[in-house]
Amino acid sequence: MRRRTLLVAGASGVGALAFTLGLGWWQSRDSLQPGSALLPLPIGKMSFTLTNHHGVTVSPSEWIGRPTMVFFGFTWCPDVCPTTLSDISLWLQDLGPDADRMNIFLVSVDPERDTQQVLADYLSNFDPRITGLTGSLAEIKRAAEEFRATFEKVPTEDDYTMDHTAGVFLFRADGRFGGIIDYHEDRRVALLKIQRLLKAAS
Amino acid sequence: MKYLLTALLLSLSATPVLACETVQLGSLEISEAWSRASIGMARPGAFYITIRNTGATDDALAGIATPVSGKPMLHETVVKDGVASMPHAPAIPVPADSTVQLEPGGYHGMLMGLTQVLKEGETFPVTLKFREAGDVTVPVAIRGMGAKDAGCVDKKD
Repeated sequence: MRRRTLLVAGASGVGALAFTLGLGWWQSRDSLQPGSALLPLPIGKMSFTLTNHHGVTVSPSEWIGRPTMVFFGFTWCPDVCPTTLSDISLWLQDLGPDADRMNIFLVSVDPERDTQQVLADYLSNFDPRITGLTGSLAEIKRAAEEFRATFEKVPTEDDYTMDHTAGVFLFRADGRFGGIIDYHEDRRVALLKIQRLLKAAS
Repeated sequence: MKYLLTALLLSLSATPVLACETVQLGSLEISEAWSRASIGMARPGAFYITIRNTGATDDALAGIATPVSGKPMLHETVVKDGVASMPHAPAIPVPADSTVQLEPGGYHGMLMGLTQVLKEGETFPVTLKFREAGDVTVPVAIRGMGAKDAGCVDKKD
């Protein structure tokens, strides 16, 4: 009787330990990347197809091998987008030739107005290393979902504007997500974040 | 004719200085009015300015008017949960003894329905309508599309 109790206790102990270990593994797997469900997919797992402002079809798998920087915006945007593009241009200027080893994209969330030619005209005012991407609304929606970015058409009195995710997404050369440069982020911090990606890739 | 030409040349060459000059309206000091060059007239423009209230009375910027826009309005860029939106601001508070900046990523004048192309290096007038201090018209310097501030020499950071 006593022996049997011990056995049961032992078995349940082993079970409890296994459960605890399992729970620990499950928890740490989750807590390593808090909110991991909200992180962008690795570039290698993205599946959209867009057209760049030179008219060339682009798929994200081509970006692997170089660090990547992506920003969602639209050319009718009077405040945030020219500011971010000018921020990116200044970062690239500071980084110098190192930034030649990066992919840098503006994904338009307003394909209705941002055709390939419109993007080309607009981007001629900023650093030439920034490439504009546009395409069908369905593909842009797919891209936004894969980046976990959002955008929404907002009607104004006689026109419309777009709300959109404002941060700059960073990816390592192997395509893994490498962080976000927030809107209003200090320029020095932004530069450090990009330099870290470039260093890892060299 | 010659005088006219000289005056014209003088006014053209003097514009950057004018836009950086401080305009006084009662206890309000208004400076650094600037905008970005536009591509054509289809897109809305934005304009920025610094307003310093040296007085003891709260004021508010309640509206703007300019011949370059069919519908100029005050807006504020708000970034919430990483998403940027631009709600209309009915008025921008200018509290006593404080400085308010209309600047990229914050409050700004939105110039919808441009009536002319905004060309870098030129200026256009904007009338600011304050609740207490009244109206004042200031010259706005048009800077390049990648500009981030008025580019006044005394305001470098």
